[in-house]
Amino acid sequence: MSKSMARLHSETRATLRGLAFLSPWLIGFIAFTIVPIALSLYYSFCDYSLIQPPLYKGLVNYHLLFHDVVFWKVLRNTAIYALMALPLGMLVSLGLAMLLNLKISGLSIYRAAIFLPSLVPAAASAMLWLWLFNAKLGLINVFLRALGVTNPPDWLMDVRWSMPALVLMSFWGLGNTIIIYLAGLQDVPRELYEAASIDGASAARKVWHVTLPSISPVIFFNLIIAIIGTLQVFVLPYIMTKGGPARSTYFYTMYLYDNAFSYLKMGYASAMAWVQLLIVLALTALAAWSSKKWVHYAGN
Amino acid sequence: MSSDMTNRTSTLQKVSSVASLGATDVASVPRGSRKGLGGRLFAHSLLIAVCIAALMPFVWMLSTSLKTLEATTAFPPTFWPHPIQWHNYLDVFHQEHANFLLWTRNTLVIAVLGVAGTTLSSAIAAYGFARLRFRGRNALFVLMLSTMMIPFPVTMVPLFTLFRWLGDHTGIAWLGTFKPLWVPLWFGSAFNIFLLRQFFMTIPTELSESARIDGCSEFGIFWRIILPLARPALAVVALFAFLAIWNDFLGPLVYLQRPEQFTLTLGLQNFQSQSGGTSWHLLMAASVLVILPAILLFFLAQKSFIEGIATTGLKG
Repeated sequence: MSKSMARLHSETRATLRGLAFLSPWLIGFIAFTIVPIALSLYYSFCDYSLIQPPLYKGLVNYHLLFHDVVFWKVLRNTAIYALMALPLGMLVSLGLAMLLNLKISGLSIYRAAIFLPSLVPAAASAMLWLWLFNAKLGLINVFLRALGVTNPPDWLMDVRWSMPALVLMSFWGLGNTIIIYLAGLQDVPRELYEAASIDGASAARKVWHVTLPSISPVIFFNLIIAIIGTLQVFVLPYIMTKGGPARSTYFYTMYLYDNAFSYLKMGYASAMAWVQLLIVLALTALAAWSSKKWVHYAGN
Repeated sequence: MSSDMTNRTSTLQKVSSVASLGATDVASVPRGSRKGLGGRLFAHSLLIAVCIAALMPFVWMLSTSLKTLEATTAFPPTFWPHPIQWHNYLDVFHQEHANFLLWTRNTLVIAVLGVAGTTLSSAIAAYGFARLRFRGRNALFVLMLSTMMIPFPVTMVPLFTLFRWLGDHTGIAWLGTFKPLWVPLWFGSAFNIFLLRQFFMTIPTELSESARIDGCSEFGIFWRIILPLARPALAVVALFAFLAIWNDFLGPLVYLQRPEQFTLTLGLQNFQSQSGGTSWHLLMAASVLVILPAILLFFLAQKSFIEGIATTGLKG
């Protein structure tokens, strides 16, 4: 056969070979991702109670959502939680990573101790922290009383303290993020610091002008992951407070879950899911767009 | 797909984190901090305080798990259990309405099936993305990566109805069995595919080339050359897949229906909501048991991962 035909033939063979290897993933992708997403969109426009087939109703669900008091409540709760947990989490994890990055002895022990809590399954974490935050017998209030605090808060039973308690709990699981920051910090070329020293820069200025820009890709990565994760907070509040007291810890995904599996309003839950997806996409796009301003990739 | 996003994203972080754990152990830590003794002491004391904060919950959990019920409700609470109730750990397995042994078995079954499935299928897909050239490869790769950003709630409801439909139309039950928790894993997981693809790309192409010249089939190259070389990466994938399944809560919550089917995470919660006043000592003992495998694997994996990093020194 001619040369070009031979090339076409081998190109097709290459494509078939590639697709053959990808086939398990492709089949799963279609069956467990594409089809569900399409179905989910369709359900969001329907009345679907599971006992009867979905009934197309147009934008009714979205309309109802907009006027749903609980929807706005859970959206607000999730936003407040995110606004507290994200910046604080970032500060704590970055700070601890920088602390670990100081060349002192015993690094591996400190690192292991800080990382260990993040291995705990959320369900076990929930039990543990329920016990720790127990108003009367919990370690936290025992500690506070020992420090002289006469009336430590009721934590998970108190509308004002339940959310802060959850934010505090989120710090315990920061081990992953800390280690990633540590890896990024250790990648910063020493020459940059040396050059800064020669220029007479103080430690603070070094951090601002050398460290932070150098690890900005890592910060960006962790930020995206954190946004996506924080907006879906479910397990800890579900087990610990079931959304209480007085819905102060009732979050978006929990309401979604209740709509789907407790109230059997699958259409409504699907609409909620799509709103959530759009919010996540919007925030991620925002972060990506803003990253041009503050993320410096090596090699510039 | 049963793992919720938190599982997946934290797994992503976990792998990167263990990677760097190994790396910094192997690389020499340069000495010569210009900080004086005062600065060093301050750093150490700060770190020690943080470590105490990080580890104290574990200690308290252990302490509570070894107390009697009365000791747990004593006010003010005491620190050392007196006398130490080792039998609490046995009592955990003999609770009515809480079959811990069964739950452990369930979790193990799902974990083994799931880990085997995801490791194998992700490796196959990763090979396609890493070692083969064909049209549309990069586009498909980006598409695959983007699936990692989809929040689980979006697919949660349709997957539920999908499995129900499968049960109704194929005569094989899906809901209320373990299948939804491990079968999807046999079709690759985006994150594992990504990880293994990165690793496969570091293997020199000459190895594949010479095998092809020798007439080896593509799958043969994959199975006999690439896979054995990838053992460290496969170990990491298996390790974190195991942890993700062990820790998964939302998946079992949605798909499992009867207490006999529960996994440990689901059962633990069930255990708590049973009796009127919570038996904190038993609950803590049960929690310790649930946490144990992860802790053990961590101490084991640290070593095996260092070896993995060392052997992949061929990369750098």
